[in-house]
Amino acid sequence: MFGKRLPPPAVLVLAALACVCAATARANDDRAAPLAMQEVAAGIYVHAGAHEEPAEANRGDVANIGFIVGERCVAVIDTGASLAIGQALRAAVRAVTPLTVCFVINTHVHPDHILGNAAFRDDHPAFVGHAKLPAAMAAKGPIYQRALVREIGSAAEGSDLIAPGQTVVERSELDLGGRVLELRAWKTAHTDNDLTVFDRATGTLWLSDLLFAERIPVLDGSIRGWLAAIDELSALPARHVVPGHGSLNLPWPQALAPQHAYLAMLAADIRRALADGQTLARTVETAAATERGKWLLFDIYNRRNAAAAFAELEWE
Amino acid sequence: MKAIVRVLLACTVLMTGALVAQAEPRKVSPAETAAIETSEIWAKVRAQLFGQRKIDPNTDSLIEFNVPARADDAAIVPVSLRTRMTATPERFISKLYLIIDKNPSPISAVFSFTPESGRADIETRVRVEQYTPIRAIAELNTGELYMAARFIKASGGCSAPAGKDAEAALATVGKMRLRVDPEVRFNEPNLVQLMVSHPNTSGLSMDQVSRLYAPAYYVRSVAVSYGGKPVFSADVDFSISENPHFRFYFLPQAPGELKAEVIDTRDKSFVTRLAVGERSASATTATDAR
Repeated sequence: MFGKRLPPPAVLVLAALACVCAATARANDDRAAPLAMQEVAAGIYVHAGAHEEPAEANRGDVANIGFIVGERCVAVIDTGASLAIGQALRAAVRAVTPLTVCFVINTHVHPDHILGNAAFRDDHPAFVGHAKLPAAMAAKGPIYQRALVREIGSAAEGSDLIAPGQTVVERSELDLGGRVLELRAWKTAHTDNDLTVFDRATGTLWLSDLLFAERIPVLDGSIRGWLAAIDELSALPARHVVPGHGSLNLPWPQALAPQHAYLAMLAADIRRALADGQTLARTVETAAATERGKWLLFDIYNRRNAAAAFAELEWE
Repeated sequence: MKAIVRVLLACTVLMTGALVAQAEPRKVSPAETAAIETSEIWAKVRAQLFGQRKIDPNTDSLIEFNVPARADDAAIVPVSLRTRMTATPERFISKLYLIIDKNPSPISAVFSFTPESGRADIETRVRVEQYTPIRAIAELNTGELYMAARFIKASGGCSAPAGKDAEAALATVGKMRLRVDPEVRFNEPNLVQLMVSHPNTSGLSMDQVSRLYAPAYYVRSVAVSYGGKPVFSADVDFSISENPHFRFYFLPQAPGELKAEVIDTRDKSFVTRLAVGERSASATTATDAR
């Protein structure tokens, strides 16, 4: 319709421009080597991030991220800790399907899951998150961006925050064409903005950071809330689960047990310290120390978890 | 490769750091010392608060300043000041200033003490925005000034100075807990713990959807008295963590009433009282005094 109103030379010029643009876009994509993906269930692709802190060497490839392919389009679930990782994920999508990315779901505010959002900006997807995600992004985002520069250097460039245009208060559904994803917004647990995704077709429950395996869980919400969420989660039927950090073939619901044991021990140790009138500074030295041998990155996060749990439990 | 080595090195340093933290006082690196000494923010704060007055940097005989080298959780960093001098009515610490150079509001707290405090000790929790010098200045009733300075690294990863659950923090605003040891020892300093439920937010963050700034809402003053005489007070702001928490001392000579009043930036006043006798319980109150 549009072309008919233009003289042929203009059409040619526009067509040529379109080709140039398309070529540039492709060139951009080509620079990123696709992330290694594992198809954990039909049409569900997950990249297993390293059990490390973001650093120059890993460019922030430290979380499990991926995408789900429907008949009409693709939903990306989390985008990695940097634009570079987001671009590598986008390249992985392109390697699997020509369908467009219509949704980018952010499972929570943590930078290792969302600072790759900008890689999908030009696809004009709907960015989707928990109703409390925008406020959390506002409060913490600038700090995360500064920390990323410190951690991965120049590779952090372009790793922008993109707030969700579509938010979930309790439950919501996304239709990818012949495939419906059930989204659920949780009460404060790992963070105050945790979102899970359930794919009915394959029975896959994408838990993100509501489940940690091998690597120590990080508490940035409510220890009581998380323990309650674990109880609720364990009753959900799922054939496959995707943790935010850890292996992709975990047995369900047994996979919740180590995380539950750690959080329960942390809470018990802190309640005992509080009953003894112990201070926060002293308690972080000892709480859950017996779990040390069971988790990767224990010494980086355990004291921090203890501080957060202490500040919460002292109000019981 | 270099980067991997650096990460491994950093992890090793972190782990050994955690192991030896209790055993020996940590050393301040030359770069950190330089940051402490050449801070432009400190130069301004110093001029504003103390003008040209001499500040003695040798505080070891006077106060012990405890700050973790790395903030485990940037939203809840415990800091404590313990006095080593014996207070007399003629010479006692009347004020302690807590300065966090690179926070949005560097003058984080000014604590005031009296002879009724018994000891000018204070323990609280602060937010740390980024790698920064942090300093405590003790002012004696004689006008002498002493400073202790440290350097603190904010934690990386997902650690941020903002709170964990914004909605929950607002739900119980003004609820307070005031506690003393059940076995009160008269004519000796007794520890008091005051907890205030309050979001204590800076108002510096913008909602990414509404594009509106959250309004600042924080506790600005705390005043504690015993039998009508002031024992402890604090002028504070949003550098103090969510749910402000203070541990300090008072010197009771006879049974009486311990009263804490907190005022926030909406001019709301919250009061809690505790009868101190032979056996004292803790007081919890959720009442808004106005």
